[in-house]
Amino acid sequence: MMKKVKLYEIAHSRAGDKGEITNISLFPYAEEHYDLLREQVTARAVKSHFGDLVRGEVVRYEIPSIQGLNFVLYGTRMGGVSSALELDAHGKSLSFGLLEMEVDLTEAGNGYR
Amino acid sequence: MAALDLFESRLREESMRKRLRIGSGAGYAGDRIDPAVVLAEEGNIQYLCFECLAERTIAIAQMEKQADPGRGYGQFLEERMEAVLPRCARDGLVVVSNLGAANPPAALEKTFEIARSLGIGGVRIGAVTGDDVLEAVRSENTVVVETGGFVRDLGDRLISANAYLGADALLPALQAGCRVILAGRVADPSLFLAPMIHEHRWDLEDWHRLGAGTALGHLLECAAQVTGGYFADPGVKDVRDLENVGFPIAEIDDDGTGILTKVPGTGGAVNLGTCREQILYEVHDPASYLTPDVTADFSAIMLKDLGQDRVRITGATGRPRPETLKVSLGVRQGYLGEGEISYAGRGALARARLAGEIVSKRLERRGFRRSEVRVEYIGYNALLGFLAEASFSAPGDVRLRVAARAEKKREAERVGEEVENLYLNGPAGPGGARKTARPLIGIYSAHVPRDRVKPRLMIRDVP
Repeated sequence: MMKKVKLYEIAHSRAGDKGEITNISLFPYAEEHYDLLREQVTARAVKSHFGDLVRGEVVRYEIPSIQGLNFVLYGTRMGGVSSALELDAHGKSLSFGLLEMEVDLTEAGNGYR
Repeated sequence: MAALDLFESRLREESMRKRLRIGSGAGYAGDRIDPAVVLAEEGNIQYLCFECLAERTIAIAQMEKQADPGRGYGQFLEERMEAVLPRCARDGLVVVSNLGAANPPAALEKTFEIARSLGIGGVRIGAVTGDDVLEAVRSENTVVVETGGFVRDLGDRLISANAYLGADALLPALQAGCRVILAGRVADPSLFLAPMIHEHRWDLEDWHRLGAGTALGHLLECAAQVTGGYFADPGVKDVRDLENVGFPIAEIDDDGTGILTKVPGTGGAVNLGTCREQILYEVHDPASYLTPDVTADFSAIMLKDLGQDRVRITGATGRPRPETLKVSLGVRQGYLGEGEISYAGRGALARARLAGEIVSKRLERRGFRRSEVRVEYIGYNALLGFLAEASFSAPGDVRLRVAARAEKKREAERVGEEVENLYLNGPAGPGGARKTARPLIGIYSAHVPRDRVKPRLMIRDVP
């Protein structure tokens, strides 16, 4: 049986901004979930998850020494923090947007948290 | 064997005592002041660095300076100096900061006055200038990265142009024995790297050490963001006593590796989670983190939790620094008008939506372009848009927010007025309308050759 969970259940995340670009890091709570994140949380999947919240491309970097993934989202805030119209002009809340994404835990067992 | 262990632990203690300790006293212009006092009093640190200058902050400071040549230095300069100057005089604590903002000489004068009024003597104050390149970028063919046009074509919309200085610009002040260093635009990690280079006598082309030191500077630069701030999520990532969160300290070895920690007994936490999240904060390619000092490489960084809020950082390195310096341009972008009003109870979201539609139509009639008007529903979709709408049920307490950009202040004020007008002209049961209009300052960037930027040092001794 498929076991789908929100990323929030197995990972934590932080967003940062530089101009119109947001970066979102992602780390599993349990080391054994890193490969699952690598396989399922691809740049393409993240771009599709955020839909029209990201106008440009999404690039992913892997940092295996700290079990990290870093997503760079181009075009999230027109004009950057200082002239964006959004209430969250920084885009700091977008990390919790990423954590709303679903992944399939079927292969990973039930050892999370 | 036991004797040898004892000898080794003594040796370790000895090297601990000599180890360079740098504290982070602020992570943004308006940050708390009391954690810096705790660091100064109990942190056993030799350096306390304050990062207080966001990109927009310096443009605002530049406008203050134009209005009054004695101002344009960092917000809260006075409070921060009153809090830490006594320690500089008594224990030789060195303060490194970008609190000079758009006017480091004025910050120097102000700090001199504060020292005199507190009866503090024997302190040398240094102001570092040279980051202001407004005239140079106006007169040359400097290109705006974001638009592709020339900086000079921005005309009088251009408020400020400041090059990011590196650690090298701060070294003369450290060598001159300044206890307080007030710079303007300096790359954030460079504020921390400068004392590392100075104390450990690193070569300015020792890219490996500069990269490693930059990783530690990067972890420190946002203060509490590495000690439990911007981290807590109750039940998932719990953090103790954030009301007393301790700001971070790094202990730095000669090879550029180090330990991140905080003052025992303060709130917050230093652990793998806080350090992992912060090392990638505002980073794009972790193998190429560009600063004026070095191209730092965090892609193989290693973190080891030593317990008791101590995390060892190793594995960062670096390559040669970029050939040009980045310049941050502050540009007038008109005004932002905002209005908010709340609806609650049954049908709250439908009433808020009706209110939003009414204001949108009214603003369109007034000539606002649709792309420059944003309508969002706080408590429903303001932060995450459709991602939140899809995941959570409709709330019984919704706040409409309308924001729009306009060229003139009077036009921008219309936005909040239209929202406020909903009290009598809109859906049933509105509450708590608020309105604001403020200038918008956009930030663009450019690059200038290094030889266009000449850092200078002004010194004043408090007798």
